[in-house]
Amino acid sequence: MVAAFFGLWEALTALGALDSFITSSPSRMAVKLAELFQTGDLLYHMGVTLAETVISFLLATAMGVAAAIALWWCESARKILEPHLVILNSLPKIALGPVIIIWVGAGTSAIIVMALLISLIITIINSLQAFLSVEEGKLRLFATMKASKTQTLFKLILPSAIPDLMAVLKVNVGLSWVGTIMGEYLVSKAGLGYLIIYGGTIFDLDIVMTATVVLCVLAALMYYAVVLTEKAIGKKFKFNS
Amino acid sequence: MEELITFDKVCLTYHTKESETPVLADMSFSVGRGELMGLVGPSGCGKTTVLSLISGIIRPTSGKVLTGGMAPEKCDISGYMLQKDELLPWRTNMANILLGAELKKRDKAAARQKALELLEKYDLKGVEKHYPDQLSGGMRQRVALIRTLVLAPQIILLDEPFSALDFQTRLQVVNDVYTMLKTEKMTAVFVTHDINEAISMCDRVAVLSSKPCHIKEIVDISVFKGIPPAERRISGEFVRLYDKILTSMQSRTEQTWNTQKNTPATSNGSAGKNLQ
Ligand SMILES: Nc1ncnc2c1ncn2[C@@H]1O[C@H](COP(=O)(O)OP(=O)(O)O)[C@@H](O)[C@H]1O
Ligand SMILES: [Mg+2]
Repeated sequence: MVAAFFGLWEALTALGALDSFITSSPSRMAVKLAELFQTGDLLYHMGVTLAETVISFLLATAMGVAAAIALWWCESARKILEPHLVILNSLPKIALGPVIIIWVGAGTSAIIVMALLISLIITIINSLQAFLSVEEGKLRLFATMKASKTQTLFKLILPSAIPDLMAVLKVNVGLSWVGTIMGEYLVSKAGLGYLIIYGGTIFDLDIVMTATVVLCVLAALMYYAVVLTEKAIGKKFKFNS
Repeated sequence: MEELITFDKVCLTYHTKESETPVLADMSFSVGRGELMGLVGPSGCGKTTVLSLISGIIRPTSGKVLTGGMAPEKCDISGYMLQKDELLPWRTNMANILLGAELKKRDKAAARQKALELLEKYDLKGVEKHYPDQLSGGMRQRVALIRTLVLAPQIILLDEPFSALDFQTRLQVVNDVYTMLKTEKMTAVFVTHDINEAISMCDRVAVLSSKPCHIKEIVDISVFKGIPPAERRISGEFVRLYDKILTSMQSRTEQTWNTQKNTPATSNGSAGKNLQ
């Protein structure tokens, strides 16, 4: 599939059916890739973006699950906050970009805040949903055994929610990339997002396309890493008590 | 016979923000040690509530509930068998059986020892290392009962424990559970809406009215004392008892109708007794 796509792309530009100035072409991208790699730019920008994404991903997951646990624990807080969360989630968070830059400065922290803004609320909503969907009968079992709330959390709620939490992780990988790249567009200092914007302003489509493809590959790899983690945890979880 | 469970003029009202629901109205009965008491009644009448009171999960609005002569929440002598086995799929059968000991911080080594004995005694030897999804429905329910028995309760509360099983499995499991309860000399309160099951297992059956719930009649089944369910089912007496309980249950419809028309709820008791 991918090979056919790139092959067609290359052929069309070689035949002149597509203007390689506008669309670039795989061969030109390969040249650009080598060039960026040689100057060290590629690894630098990749590193920056990857670090920002991983940090945002970990922060969003940890903070989101922690907040969801707090809301599960305290029913009154949940009743008050849950409707607001849904509304907050539907706002176009990217519109807050300029405000974030003013508040936290145009740097890495702005990018991470941007990414958090995008993924945190949906993480809370989805994790809470997972916690609340634990079967009534199992809760009854724990009640009949006079389990404390902490025991119920650690021995029932969290283990039952693991499959759903894994799905949350998968969504978060994607959202962290979106948030990070959005942040880099706004902050424009470093990273693949910056490279794309930069290539765009100087009308060097080879840079834009190369950076975009590298981005896609990284995102796919990270997603794959999460899938592997999921498999490992799923297995381990089922087979230890 | 020593009284292990006593209900003395127990009333219970659930309070929610919007409303008050009176569920139990003036309920008095007692269960002797070693006795198997059945509760039958329409769904939503308050059967689960009665069990929650016995286990001490909730307390009566008025009246007294005693287990072993004490307030239930102070003595913790009852265990449950629920509608579904509720075995946790990520735990081995042994880890499932030890859940209660773990939650109550009891001696786990002793509980494990007892669990192994019970597993062997009830034909489940060797399943302890496996996971629940490898067991048949009947075996799962037996594992669930062993999970309760390792806590050495004096009272077992069975809340419609067979209603999720298919017909064939159910006949077998009713037999197994009866044997286990009798062998372990348990006192049990067995909630069901299936009259057959009630007669198959119990020494006495209390017929409950619809909400607000009171006891309409307690049917004595001591003719079957010590006889296992499979043999009870083929006896002629079974049909007579079935009819008796059914009539008592159905008298509810009449009464509710009467109640709605003109008579106050308190007259229900006497109407029930007239049918005896
Ligand atoms: N926690 C609760 N709060 C308010 N109402 C309740 C609660 N639990 C049960 N009820 C009500 O009490 C009635 C009896 O419930 P339950 O004891 O579960 O009935 P059964 O087990 O006989 O089906 C039902 O009508 C139910 O709606
Ligand atoms: Mg019930």
